[in-house]
Amino acid sequence: MDQEVKLTTDIAIDQLKGTLNFRERYDNFIGGDWVPPADGQYFENTTPITGKKLGEVARSNKLDIDRAISEAHKAEKSWGKTSPAERAGLLLKIADRLETHLEDIAIAETLDNGKPLRETMAADIPLAVDQIRYFAACIRTQEGSISEIDNDTVAYHFHEPLGVVGQIIPWNFPILMAIWKIAPALATGNCIVLKPAEQTPTSIMLVIELIADLLPPGVLNVVNGFGVEAGKPLAQHSGISKVAFTGETTTGRLIMQYASENIIPVTLELGGKSPNIFFADVMNEDDDFFDKALEGLTMFALNSGEVCTCPSRALIEESIYDSFMERAIERIKKIKTGSPLDLSTMIGAQASNDQYEKILSYISIGKEEGAKALIGGEALKHSGELSGGYYIAPTVLEGKNNMRCFQEEIFGPVLAATTFKNEEEALTLANDTLYGLGAGVWSRDGTRCYRMGRGIKAGRVWTNCYHHYPAHAAFGGYKQSGIGRENHKMMLEHYQQTKNLLVSYSPKALGFF
Amino acid sequence: MAKIGEKVSVTKKAENMIRSLQADHGDLMFHQSGGCCDGSAPMCYPKGEFKVGSSDILLGEIEGCEFYMSCSQYEHWKHTHLTVDLVKGRGAGFSLESPRGYRFLIRSKVL
Repeated sequence: MDQEVKLTTDIAIDQLKGTLNFRERYDNFIGGDWVPPADGQYFENTTPITGKKLGEVARSNKLDIDRAISEAHKAEKSWGKTSPAERAGLLLKIADRLETHLEDIAIAETLDNGKPLRETMAADIPLAVDQIRYFAACIRTQEGSISEIDNDTVAYHFHEPLGVVGQIIPWNFPILMAIWKIAPALATGNCIVLKPAEQTPTSIMLVIELIADLLPPGVLNVVNGFGVEAGKPLAQHSGISKVAFTGETTTGRLIMQYASENIIPVTLELGGKSPNIFFADVMNEDDDFFDKALEGLTMFALNSGEVCTCPSRALIEESIYDSFMERAIERIKKIKTGSPLDLSTMIGAQASNDQYEKILSYISIGKEEGAKALIGGEALKHSGELSGGYYIAPTVLEGKNNMRCFQEEIFGPVLAATTFKNEEEALTLANDTLYGLGAGVWSRDGTRCYRMGRGIKAGRVWTNCYHHYPAHAAFGGYKQSGIGRENHKMMLEHYQQTKNLLVSYSPKALGFF
Repeated sequence: MAKIGEKVSVTKKAENMIRSLQADHGDLMFHQSGGCCDGSAPMCYPKGEFKVGSSDILLGEIEGCEFYMSCSQYEHWKHTHLTVDLVKGRGAGFSLESPRGYRFLIRSKVL
């Protein structure tokens, strides 16, 4: 991207008005139309870059959800019967359209969420495009099965769509997390009612407008609003056949509770407190691999730490701790702060004021529990238009694994670091958490990496890497981190029923009656 | 379900918000969340909306609202005292105060 002109939020918004028809007010997208909310109310969305108003979106309630679900049901009758080739074709067109507008979508995402443009350009949006293409491929190649029960009896297993599904999206990757859920659901022939997060309700609407002409009416409906007013009636609705949610544990439980009222499945991704484990041999050489390991530790600052798999617990072998941390802190000092719209900025704004306050409250309790801030440990004050935004300095808290800053997902650029004496202790500490979403293991010893990887109770163990999210690798949690997986073709079955036709080709009666 | 001593209190700002929400929604309850996004934030619901069970612990009452947490999370929090505060914001989740542009927040002290 040409960045000769320094992007401010105003310039960025003006650019999006021209390229993506950015509007200051967004209605819901229901049945292929832009539909005002039933009671005519809207709420203000701010950009965390400056804390100033970005625009307004519909403040919806149960009536809007009812309408969206009704439209989805109308569409489902034909959409559910389209061929895999047709659905894949639509997905590929959507992917191409998004890719063509990648830079502008990235700017929209940065404005809405506050994350650095270099991340939305290099990760969020390209990954979203790839995810869509991946599921287009998966559905073309999925096969049912045939079981030969005996010579004259055959069990056919068909995949069928669930019907209409509800999807509730988090604010940390507003577009990518929406696409993670939309792509497999559309590929499998479901219709969707999607509720974006109320902190980041705008960027997804620009995406929807961009692809609206490609979508058959009612197949994908987006209803904005607050959790209690719009999310809850969606999760409770008797018209949905599944609900998918990414968020935290209490709401996850509540969604399971609502789902139990309708006896429908849920998939939940509820976060973690991921250990990132560094064995002494990473320092055997000062080479590319060690450089990569240092970057791996610094990944806690990716997306300003607002990642469910944030490697927020560094476990470092005691024998190298001091020298390793010295190099790590040097590396963390090189994180460039500033405007998220500047392509060289590495860490942007936290997504909201409440998130900003929460992170500071965690740094405070961490210090009170005796953790020592090796770097950061405070808010980051910027001048100019950024002075009203929500910025936290990359922080390392040195402490013990039983401290609260080691046990709770702070969802900010805060790394809790401690030591271990041997492999056994490393594994114990790694698993001493309520969660099990991600983990990282760094060592030049492949057999040790394998043992650790199998021993850690987490859905994904990055081994000598971190924060890769390829579409063809399953992502999801053990323990309280949730239920089900995202990415990977196995995701198709999270959105499908199994139809078994048990067919007898024998003319003979069984002989019971 | 276990009940332990009073380990939770409330700031004046949060107290006022609770009273105002009670006027609109009747009796309320809190459940402390964990995990990602709005994890670690207290969730405020109409009383009985969230089904607590044997995996939860009652930490105390604030403004007539029972305040719960899962027992497993409490194991990691038990050495701290919690104060429910209120900040401007827009938490996700189904907590009742969100539409008003405010969010309950936990401030903690080591006991």
